This record gives sequence, structure tokens and C-alpha cells, in this order.
Amino acid sequence: MKKFNKVFSAVLASAMAASLLAGCGGAAAGGSNTFKIGAIGPLTGAAAAYGNAVVNGAQIAVDEINEAGGINGVQIEYKSEDDELNAEKSVNAYNTLKDWGMQILVGSTTSACSIAVSENTKNDNMFQLTPSGSAEDCVKYDNVFRVCFSDPNQGIASAQYISDHNLATKVGIIYDNSDVYSSGIYQKFVEESAGKNFEIVSAEAYTQDNNTDFSVQLQKAKDAGADLVFLPIYYSDAALILTQANTMGYAPTFFGVDGMDGILTVENFDPSLAEGVMLLTPFAADATDDLTVNFVKKYNEKYGETPNQFAADAYDAVYIIKAAIEKSGVTPDKTTEEICEALKGAMTQIEATGLTSQKMTWDASGEPNKEPKAVVIKNGTYVSAE
Amino acid sequence: MKNKITKNNLITYGIVLAFYIIVEILMMTGALSSHMKGLLVPMTYYAIIAVALNLCVGILGELSIGHCGFMCIGAFTSAFFSRATENSIPTVPRFIIAFIIGIAFAALFGFLIGIPVLRLKGDYLAIVTLAFGEIIKNVINSFYIGIDGKGLHFSMKDSMSLGMEADGDIIVNGAMGITGTPHNANFTIGVVVLLISLFVVQNLVNSRDGRAIMAIRDNYIAAEATGINITGYKMMAFTISAAIAGAAGVLFSHNITTLTASSQYFGYNASIMILVYVVLGGIGNIRGSVIAACVLYLLPELLRGLNTYRMLIYSIVLIVMMIVNWSPKIIEWRKRTFGRVSFRRAKEVA
Repeated sequence: MKKFNKVFSAVLASAMAASLLAGCGGAAAGGSNTFKIGAIGPLTGAAAAYGNAVVNGAQIAVDEINEAGGINGVQIEYKSEDDELNAEKSVNAYNTLKDWGMQILVGSTTSACSIAVSENTKNDNMFQLTPSGSAEDCVKYDNVFRVCFSDPNQGIASAQYISDHNLATKVGIIYDNSDVYSSGIYQKFVEESAGKNFEIVSAEAYTQDNNTDFSVQLQKAKDAGADLVFLPIYYSDAALILTQANTMGYAPTFFGVDGMDGILTVENFDPSLAEGVMLLTPFAADATDDLTVNFVKKYNEKYGETPNQFAADAYDAVYIIKAAIEKSGVTPDKTTEEICEALKGAMTQIEATGLTSQKMTWDASGEPNKEPKAVVIKNGTYVSAE
Repeated sequence: MKNKITKNNLITYGIVLAFYIIVEILMMTGALSSHMKGLLVPMTYYAIIAVALNLCVGILGELSIGHCGFMCIGAFTSAFFSRATENSIPTVPRFIIAFIIGIAFAALFGFLIGIPVLRLKGDYLAIVTLAFGEIIKNVINSFYIGIDGKGLHFSMKDSMSLGMEADGDIIVNGAMGITGTPHNANFTIGVVVLLISLFVVQNLVNSRDGRAIMAIRDNYIAAEATGINITGYKMMAFTISAAIAGAAGVLFSHNITTLTASSQYFGYNASIMILVYVVLGGIGNIRGSVIAACVLYLLPELLRGLNTYRMLIYSIVLIVMMIVNWSPKIIEWRKRTFGRVSFRRAKEVA
């Protein structure tokens, strides 16, 4: 009897657990009459700013398209999931969206998560367009495309830009070697700068665990006589570097990449220190073209803040998907695989205009072809460097 | 006595097996959502590392808050091996060797750390393991290892200094970690590894060695006076615990294709999360660790519908569960209310 009780309780407990699991089943099948687009990004935690920007940017685009009558008359359904900047959670988020019936993925926001998810989209053959996953491996499968520049492209473009415009003869670099984005750009920058008309005189690394004091790195660049310091890092660290360089009386040209976008809005940072800083960025919130003005206004009304390049990339991503769907004429009642195949073909034929570039085209590798825009900060705003 | 222990152990295996069979049936009938399917493997490796940590905290009585460091070593060494030999060894033997390598390296590091630290008394192990977890993370972040026609290249500066040939393949790329590890882990393998680690730990606990280990935990001086080799047994338990954590790491790295040594996976927060599984499941209660790890891993995922509120709710649920399980007053109240049940159980124990 005792034995029976124990066995009985064990069976009962497992049955309960099973019903719990089964209760979560019931995946939605295809054959809907709307396009279901999902987005993934870190909505909580340290990187929440990026994920929320992507999710919100995409939301604005979806709302606009739905208001204007949808894609070929078909409305879009949109849903976002949180991945906490964790590749494992990102796959979980992807699976959740798949259960919801997602047909096209805008995501993941960050590189490592995007690579992990691409393994799954590849297996399911789902079309994936990452707005901001910039690492090289993000688009290694043929069903994945991206909107932003890849890290290598940014490194190469920066080196070429510095060389073409004779900005410097001696270059110092400060980068974050615990960050995929930063070390990726750094590597390609160094490779590309071989044989150019400038010389790299110092390359100093820091990590996310010691990103408060940069005096050592700056001193080394100064001692080596660098007249330009390349900062392939995010703006919060860059703001500290600029402040500390000012304190020690070191005033080279600072050159940043798209992660530098946002430096003028850092709290307690004196924007006058950023005067003369150059950066390559696909998006400037104070640009005066109609598209940007309209987007920034809508974003401000809805979310109470100024959008950054992540939001712009995601906004473009939704419109790029729209263009690809229109080009291929695919309908939402098709299976995910059929939609993916159709969009894959259409992506290489379309030419998209958006916030981040006047003209974007893709080849089958998934990399966008677009011109990098260099801006220089003058009087507290971005001015085209050309 | 002996019989009771065996029965108790069998119940643990039974629960795991029953869970496995039910899940497999649900999968075959298509009742399991893809979200759930994706959660199964993580659940098994968190259960495995919880079992490993319980051996260290519950049975050995030493607080380790850097167990994810061992998981990290297991993950990176095995992923490195799998990546390097992906095209030269067939899947099955490669994955088995990857397991052996991951476990061996984690055990080696457990052993090396144990040598100086386990001779100490008190909280020193906690501090050293905490530091170890952080060091491992940072060291791996600065590793660059590549393979080309000429063989292995290694650098701690950057990937350019590897001096690779054109056909070279950079396997460990600093902060970018290892990408493209073959996706070999599945639920069945996870459950098998979980069963093996349960088997190892439960048999260890009920062996002569296990009793010696628990004697050290319960009374250090008395154990020493009895002639038990304190350092030796401590080393044994700690190394086994590290090895099992390494096995969890192997599953981890072969389940997602990007492996980066970042805080989300291997930092002290992750280690403390494992400690939470162990404490909630009951210190020294192996079966409890498995169940707690599964439940607590599932919880935030099942709460996804609540969006960002789920983090808040998760922490509240955690606090409530801790109180319900372990507050003396609540236990007393539970006994009063469900008196009949616990009375019967008390009789069984007697």
C-alpha cells in the first residue's frame, strides 16, 4: 500500500506536469489572411534601449502600412517577444512567435541572438530580416538578410573614409574587446588599413568590466602621437572617453561608427566636447528630409523619445519586407516555406528607399549595398561631412 | 535501510523517465508547441548543473558561487573540439568525444582550484569560485584560436596577429566566441546525461565515500578525528561536481550555435540562479534540485504572455515559493492543515 501511494503520487505529479505542458500546445497553423510579422529584441535588462527601439520602430511602420491599406490589400499582424540579450532566450522567443503563427521575422536585434535564431529559421526555412544584427555570421544562411551595415563593412568603410579624405597620418584605436560589435569593426579596420596612407600607432582594448577609466588608453594614444582616435564603440563609453580626453588636454579628431549615434543625448555629458567628432551613421534623427521628420515626429508622439538608428533600421525592415512581398506577389495563405522562397528571390531584385539610405539593394549573400553616410558634429547637431 | 534508499533513488529516476515518456508521447501526437520543444534541452542542462551544485553545496557543504565557470569550460572546450573536427569525424563519435573532453577539462579545473582552496575552512571556496567564474569569462574573451593548413594558431591579442593562411578558419574569436557549433544536443541525450549524473551522485552519496563526505560536512573535527582524509574527500566531491557541471556545459554549447563567454550565461548572476534552484529544491535533496530547476526555468517562459511584467511576477513567485517551502511557521501550518497526509508520511518514514 505504501509503495502504491508513492508510485501513485509520482504518476499524478507527472500527469500534472504533462497537462501543464500540453496546455501550452496548440500551434496556430498557416493559411491566415494576414501577414504575421514577429520581432525579437531585448525588451528588459541592460540592452533594453535597443530592443525597444527595434520593436517600436517596426510597430510604427506596421501601423502606417495597415492604415494605408496593407500590403497588396492584406493587413499585417505584428507581435514582439523579449530575449533579454540572451541567445538561448532568443530561440525561446522565436519558438513562441512560431507558435503564434509568425511567417516573417524581423530580428533578432543583437548579433549573437540573431546568429542563434538564424540556425532555427534556416531549419524552418522562415524568412528573416535582421534590422541590426551586424556580425558577419548573422547572414550566413540564404534565408537571412540584414538592413544595417555589417561590422566588417563599417571597419572597411571607416578606414577608406579616413584614407580618402586624408584625415590623419597616425591613428589610435580604443575598442571594447568584450563586445562582438566593437572587436568585429576593429579587426576589419586594422586589416583594411594595411597599405593606406595612415599608420595605426596604438590599439588599446578595454572590457565592459572596466569601462569607467580610459586615461591609460588615451595616454598611450597621445604618447604615440595619434592625430585621430578611432572609436568603434557605443556612445555611452565614447562620452566618457571624450570627457577624459578633454580633462587631459588631448584634442585629436575622434572618429566613430554608428554606435556613436546618441552621444549628444547622454546625460551629464557636455555636448560641446563632441564638437568636431566624425561618425559614420546610417541615420540622423535631425535630418530634414520628409521621411525622417515624419518618423521622428510619430515616434516622439507615441513613445516620448527621439528614435535612434535601431528604430530606423527596424522601420526600414518592415518597409523592405513590404517591397519584397509586393515584388513577389506572395499571399499570406501560402506556407512559411513558400513565403520564404518567394521573398528570397524578391530581395535581390528590389531597390528600397528608407530612413537609413536613399537606395538599398541586396545580393543573395544577404548584405545590403548602401552608401555609408559620414557626419560631423557642429554646433551640437549632425552636419554632413562631405 | 538499504532497501529504502534504493527505492528512493528509483523514484527519482522514475520521475525523470516518466516525464521523458510523457513528453515524447506529446511530441509524437503533435500536442507540444515548438516553444515547449525548445525549452526541453535547456531544462535538462539546468537540472544537471543543479544536481552538480547540490553535490557541492548540499552533500559536501561548501558554498560555490562560480559553478557556471565550470559549465563555461565544458562548453568552450567541447565546442572547440566539435568545431575543429566537424568535417573529419562522424557525428556520433565526435559528440561522445566532445562530452569526454568537456567533462575532463571541467574536472581538471575543479581539481586545480580545489588543491589550494579546499584546504581552507569556511567561506573561502565561495569567494574563490566567484573569482574563478569571472576570470574564466575574461580569459576566454581574449582567446583567439584558428586552424589552417599549417596547424593551430593561438593569440591573446587579436585575430589579425594569428597570421592565418587564406584557407584558415578562426574558431575562437575573442568576444565573438565560437559560432557554428553543430546542433547535436537533443532532449533524449539531455535526459540520458541527466540520468547518468543522477546515478553518479546518488550512488556516491550512499557509498562509503559519500558517508565520509557527509561526515565532513556535519562535523569537521569529529570526521578528522575518525581518520577521514578530509582534503581528499573534499577534492573528490568537488571534482565530480565540476565534471557534471562540465557535462551541462557540453549540452549547452551544442544546443545553441553561438557561444560567447558573457555574463548572461556564465557570470555570477547565472551561478546564483543555479544556487537558487538548489536552495528552493532543498539543500542536499537531489530530486528537489531537478524539479526546482525545471519549474524555475519554465516559469518565466510560461509567463511570456505578461510581457515585461513577467520579471516582476517571477520574483514574487520566487519569494512566495521560498516562504511556502521553507518558512518554519508555514511548515507548521501545513502540518496542521494537511495533518493526515504528513502523519501518514511520518509513519512511513518510521
